Amino acid sequence: MIRSSRLWIALIAGLLLTTVAKADEFRVGVVLDRGGKDDKSFNAAAFKGGKEAEKALGITLKTVEASDDNSFEPMLRSLSQKKFDLIIAVGIAQADAVKKISAQFPQLKYALIDAQVDAPNVTSLLFEEHEGSYLVGAAAAMASKTGKLGFLGGVDIPLIRRFQMGYEAGAKKVNPKATVVANYVGVTTEAWNNPTKGRELSLSQYDAGVDVIFAAAGASGTGMFDAAEERSKGGVKKFAIGCDSNQNWIKPGLVLTSMLKRVDTAVFSTIDSAKKGQFVAGTKRFGLQNQGIDYAVDSFNDKLLTSEMRAKLDLLKKEIIAGKIKVPDYYSKRSKTAQN
Amino acid sequence: MNKSDRSWLGRALESLQPILAVLLGLAVGLAFTRFAGESPLHVLKVLYQSAFGSSYDLGMTLFHTTPLIFTGLSVAIAFHAGLFNIGAEGQLIWGALAAAVVGHAFPHLPGVIAPWIAVSAAVIAGAIWGAIPGWLRARRGSHEVINTIMFNFIAAGITSWLVIEPLRNPDTQNPETAPIGEAFLLAPFRVFDDAPVGPAFLLALVAAFLLWLFLNRTSLGYELRAVGQNEHAARTAGIDIARIRIFAMAVAGGLAGLVAVGEVLGNAGRFKVGFSPDYGFMGVAVALLARNHPIGILFAAFLFGALHKGAMDLDLETENVTRDLALVLQACVILSVSAEGAWHWLRRVGSAGKKRG
Amino acid sequence: MVHNEEFSGKMALSVPALLELRGVSRSFGALRANAEVDLKLEAGTIHGVVGENGAGKSTLMKIAYGMIEPDAGHLLIDGVERSWWRSPREAIQAGIGMVHQHFMLAGPESALDNAILGESRPTGRWSFLPPLLRPLDRKGAIQRLRKLSDEFGFDIDWTAEVETLPVGVQQRLEILKLLDRDARILILDEPTAVLTPQETDELFKNLRKLTRSGRSVVVITHKLREVMQFTDEVTVLRAGRVTARLKTKDTSAEALAEAMVGRKVVLRVEENGKSRTPVSNESVLQVEALTLAAARDNGKPRLNQVSFDVKRGEVVGIAGVEGNGQSELIRALIHPSHADCRTSGQVRLLGVDITHTRDSEIRSLGVSVIPEDRHEEGLLLDRSLEENYLLGLQRDARFSNRGWIKRAQLRTLVNEALEAHDVRPRDAEAKARGLSGGNQQKLVIAREFSRHPKCLIASQPTRGVDVGAIESIHSKILEARSGGTAVLLLSSELDELMGLSDRILVMYEGKFVAEHRRQQGSSPYDERAIGLGMSGVIQ
Repeated sequence: MIRSSRLWIALIAGLLLTTVAKADEFRVGVVLDRGGKDDKSFNAAAFKGGKEAEKALGITLKTVEASDDNSFEPMLRSLSQKKFDLIIAVGIAQADAVKKISAQFPQLKYALIDAQVDAPNVTSLLFEEHEGSYLVGAAAAMASKTGKLGFLGGVDIPLIRRFQMGYEAGAKKVNPKATVVANYVGVTTEAWNNPTKGRELSLSQYDAGVDVIFAAAGASGTGMFDAAEERSKGGVKKFAIGCDSNQNWIKPGLVLTSMLKRVDTAVFSTIDSAKKGQFVAGTKRFGLQNQGIDYAVDSFNDKLLTSEMRAKLDLLKKEIIAGKIKVPDYYSKRSKTAQN
Repeated sequence: MNKSDRSWLGRALESLQPILAVLLGLAVGLAFTRFAGESPLHVLKVLYQSAFGSSYDLGMTLFHTTPLIFTGLSVAIAFHAGLFNIGAEGQLIWGALAAAVVGHAFPHLPGVIAPWIAVSAAVIAGAIWGAIPGWLRARRGSHEVINTIMFNFIAAGITSWLVIEPLRNPDTQNPETAPIGEAFLLAPFRVFDDAPVGPAFLLALVAAFLLWLFLNRTSLGYELRAVGQNEHAARTAGIDIARIRIFAMAVAGGLAGLVAVGEVLGNAGRFKVGFSPDYGFMGVAVALLARNHPIGILFAAFLFGALHKGAMDLDLETENVTRDLALVLQACVILSVSAEGAWHWLRRVGSAGKKRG
Repeated sequence: MVHNEEFSGKMALSVPALLELRGVSRSFGALRANAEVDLKLEAGTIHGVVGENGAGKSTLMKIAYGMIEPDAGHLLIDGVERSWWRSPREAIQAGIGMVHQHFMLAGPESALDNAILGESRPTGRWSFLPPLLRPLDRKGAIQRLRKLSDEFGFDIDWTAEVETLPVGVQQRLEILKLLDRDARILILDEPTAVLTPQETDELFKNLRKLTRSGRSVVVITHKLREVMQFTDEVTVLRAGRVTARLKTKDTSAEALAEAMVGRKVVLRVEENGKSRTPVSNESVLQVEALTLAAARDNGKPRLNQVSFDVKRGEVVGIAGVEGNGQSELIRALIHPSHADCRTSGQVRLLGVDITHTRDSEIRSLGVSVIPEDRHEEGLLLDRSLEENYLLGLQRDARFSNRGWIKRAQLRTLVNEALEAHDVRPRDAEAKARGLSGGNQQKLVIAREFSRHPKCLIASQPTRGVDVGAIESIHSKILEARSGGTAVLLLSSELDELMGLSDRILVMYEGKFVAEHRRQQGSSPYDERAIGLGMSGVIQ
C-alpha cells in the first residue's frame, strides 16, 4: 500500500512539474532536420546557435530531432501547443509543415531556415550558399595538383545544386582547365544521414584522381573526412572542404577550409531580436556581405591556406560583395518559384 | 470435462501471451531509459500522454495505426497462404504513387467517384507489385522472401526516379509529386482535432473484417489457408496451389497499396519520396503479434501506432531520451513480441518434428 | 537349429543378455511414448518388436541407439549396468548398430566409399592429426569388408555406385557397414517395407547367419507373418507399454495381433462368405501410354508407356517394390495437366479425356484419392477434423453456396461422418494431429467416400494403421467395389493386394511387367510369380 501510494505521489508530482511552466521564461523550440544535432554540419550549426543563445541570453531551449518526414508537423504542433515563444524549423523539408502550423497558431512566432514561407508570423532565413561555394571552389582549384575536383552532395535538390554550381564557377575562375566530379548521396532525406555512402563516394572520387572534395551533405559529409584520411596514408595528401559549420578540426591538416554558412549566427540573432520584442516576419538573406556566409581560417588550416591563396580569396570576396563578380545562381537559372 | 477445462485455461493463457510479451518488451525498454537517467514512470507517462493524451494525439495514433493495419493484413494473408510477404513496403509505395498520379492527372473528376478511382489505382498497383513475386514463386519456384525484399529496393528506386524526373513537383525542392486534385482529398474527421484521420481508418476496419470473413467463411479463403497449412495435401485435394499463391500475393499487395488512402488522399495530398517510416516492415511485427488474425491485427496495429506516436514526443518531453533511445524502446517491444511469436512458431515446428520422429 | 539350444533352457541363465532395457519411460509433453518398458535381447537371437503405429517401438529403439535419452530406466550390456548413451556414437562404440528405414547412403558414391564413410580413422602414424584430417585406410578397409562379406555370404559389387544397386543390396551394405564397426547388436527399423518377398527371405537368411556368430538382431515391424516366420522372440508394445513378451514358437499371429490391438481381430480379408459381384464391362478409368520422362537427362523414364483400365466394380491392384513408379503413376492420374507429373499419354474417365482437365474438376467428376502419405498429402494436421473433412470438398454443393461455406450443414455432415466411420474422438473441433494413425486414415476415408466416387485411387490405404482399423478399411473398399466404384489399389502389402484385387498388375521400373487375374479358391494368386515380377524377372 505504502509503495503504491508513493508511486501515485511521484506520478502526480511529475504531472504538475511538466504542466506548470515558469511564467517569465522566454522559451525557444528548435526542430532539427533528419541529420540531427550531431551531423557536425548544418544541424550542428543551428544547434550551436541555440546553445549560445541559451547561455548568453538566458532563454530556455528545447531541441528535438525529427525521426522521419512525418514527424515535422506533430513536433512543430507540440511545441506550438505548449506556446513556445519562438519556434525554429531547421531545413528545407519543413516548409510545408511550417506553412500549415503557423497558420493554425497565428499568435506564435516561427523561423524557418533554408526555405521561404510567406506568412505574417514567419521569418524565413535564407543563405547565399553559391557565394561561399564560389570561394571554396577557388581555394580547391589553387590547392589541387591534379586539377580534378570533387563535389559530394547530400540530397539531389536545387539547394545543393546551388552549392555545386557556385563551387564549379569558383574553381574555373582560378583554373579554367579544372574539372569537377559531382556525386549525390541520394534523393530522399535519408541521404542527409548516411556517412557510409558518403565515404564510399568520396573514396571513389579520390581513386579517380580527385585530390580535393567539397561536401554539402549534412551528416553524410563526415564520411568524406574519413575517406580523405584513408587515402592520404600513402603520403600524398588528399584534401576535404567542410560545409555549413567550421569543420576544419575534424581531420586537422587535411581539411583545406570550410564554407561557413552561419546558421548559428542566424539562429542566435533571430532569438535575440525575438526576445527583445523585435521579431520581424519576412525574408532575411545572409551572404558574404553580412558575414552570414564565409570561409573558415583557424589554427587547423593555417598552414594549408597560404597567404597567397588567402589574398586571392579575399580579393574574390571583395569583388563579389562589390558586384564585380556575378556568381551563377542555380535558383535564378531555374524559375524563381523554385525556392518555395 | 477435465480435459476441456484445461484446454480452455490453456487457450486463455495462450491469448494472454502476446500481451505479456508487450509488457515485457516495454519493461525492458523503460529500463534502458532508466540508464539514460530518466524516470521510467515519467517516460511511460509521456508515452501515454503522447499517444492518447488529447483527441489530437489519439487521432495521430490512429493515423499511424491505419497504414499498419493495411500492411499487417497484407503480411497476414500471404502468411495464411504459406508465403512470407516482406514486400509490403514496395507494394505500398507503388500504391501511393499510383493514387497520387491518378489524382494529379484527372483533377476534374467529380468528388463522388474521384477517391474511388484513386483507391482502385492504388490497389491495382500494389496488387501487381505483389503478384509478380507470387508468380515467380508459383511458376518459377524462386523464393518469395528474396524476391519481395528485392522488389522493395526496385520499387524505391523506380518510384524515386519517377518522382524526381518525370513527375516532379516544380514548386518545391522536396522530392514529391504535384498535388492531387481537390476532389480526391478525403476530409479528416472533426473529432480528432485536425489530426489527419479520415475514411481511411474506417476502410482499414472494414478491410480487416472482410479479410476475416473471406478467410473463414468462403471456399476460396479455405483453399488459401489449406495451401498455407499443407501444400501437398492441398494439391492432392485438387486445389491449384500456383493460382492460390499468385492470388494471395496479389491481395497482399492490394492491401498494402491501400496505405495510399490515408497517406496520399487523407494527408499529404501528394506522393512524397520516403513518406513511409517502414510501415511495410512494421506490418510484419504487427502480423506476428496478432498471429495473423485479421481482427487481432487491429489491436496490434493500434499498439504499434501508439508506440510510434508516443515515441515521437519522448524527445520533446524528456531531457535525456533522444530519438535514438525512443527507437530502442520501440525495438525492445518489437523484439520481445517477435521473439514470442518466433517461440510459438518454433514450438509448433518442434512438436511436429517430434510427432514425426 | 543351433540358436534354439543357445537361448532356451538353463544356458540362458548363465549367459547374460546382450542388451537389456529395464523400466524405460519417456514422455513427449503429455504423450507417454514409453512407460516402464522392459526389453531383453538374448545373444544369438532375432527379436521382433511389434506394435501399432505410435505404440512406442521407434522411441524405444532410438533410446537403445542413443538418439533419445529416456526419462527413467536402466541399461545393461552383457548383464552390466551402464549409464545411458549420450549420443549414437557411444552406442556404436558399445557394439550397437542401427539400420534406419531410409538408408543413410550417399547415392553417387561407390559402395566401398559408403562403407568406410564416417568410420573412425586409424591411429598409427597419423595420430598427431585431428581425427577428421587423418587419411582413410582404404586398403585395410576393403580387406576387412571383403572378409566380412565372404564370411556371411553377402554379395556386393564394391565398385558400383550405390544408387544403381537394388534396395536389397543397399540394405546389405548398411548391415555390412555396421559389422565392420564391430556391431554385435543390430537394430533394423521396418527392414522389409521396401523389399520383394524374395528379398525378404534373403534378408532373414542373412540375419540368421549373423546370429550364429553370437550377434543379435532386433527387427521393428508390423508384419506379423514375418515375425512368426523368422524371429525367435517377440515383444509387443501397445500405447507405450509392453503387453506381451513371448517365444515365437509358443504363439500365433492372432495372439500377437490381439496383444497389439487389445481385442480380437480378423486378419484375413473376408467377404462375409459372399462371392464377389461380377465385374462390369464398362471402363471407368482408362490410361493409355502414360509417360513421365526421367528427372535427369540420362535416367530412365519414371513412367514408361503405362496403359491399363479399371472397370466398374473392379479392384485393380498394383504390386511393386517402392520406388518403381507407383507414386508417379498416382500423381499423373490426379494431376495429368501438370508438366511435372505427365509428359505424354492419355487419361480418360468414363470415356472423357481428362488429360488437360484442371485438378479440381477431375476430383469433382468423381475421383477420390486416398494418398500414400496421409500426413503429407491427406491432412491439415494443425486444423480441426471439420476443416480436414472439407479438404477437396470446399466447392462441393453440399458444403458451399456461391463460394460461401455452409457452416451448419458442414458441422452436421461431419458429425454424421465421424459417427459412421467410427473416428475417435467424435469431436469436429479436435485437431487432426491428435488422432491416432488409424483414426486419421478413417477420417481421410470418410472424406473421400463422401463423394460416392466413380473411381477410387487408394494408395497404401492401411499403412501405419492399427490392425483393428485395417479390417474396416478393407471392408469399406470392398463395399465401394460392390457399389460399382472402380478401385485402383496400390499397396506394398502383398497380402492386402491379393485379398482385395480382381486383377494385379506388377510394376517394375516405371512400367507394367505382368498381369495376374484372380483365381477361384483359397489362394487366388501365385505369390511367388508376383514377387519375381516385382524384382524385374518376367516369366
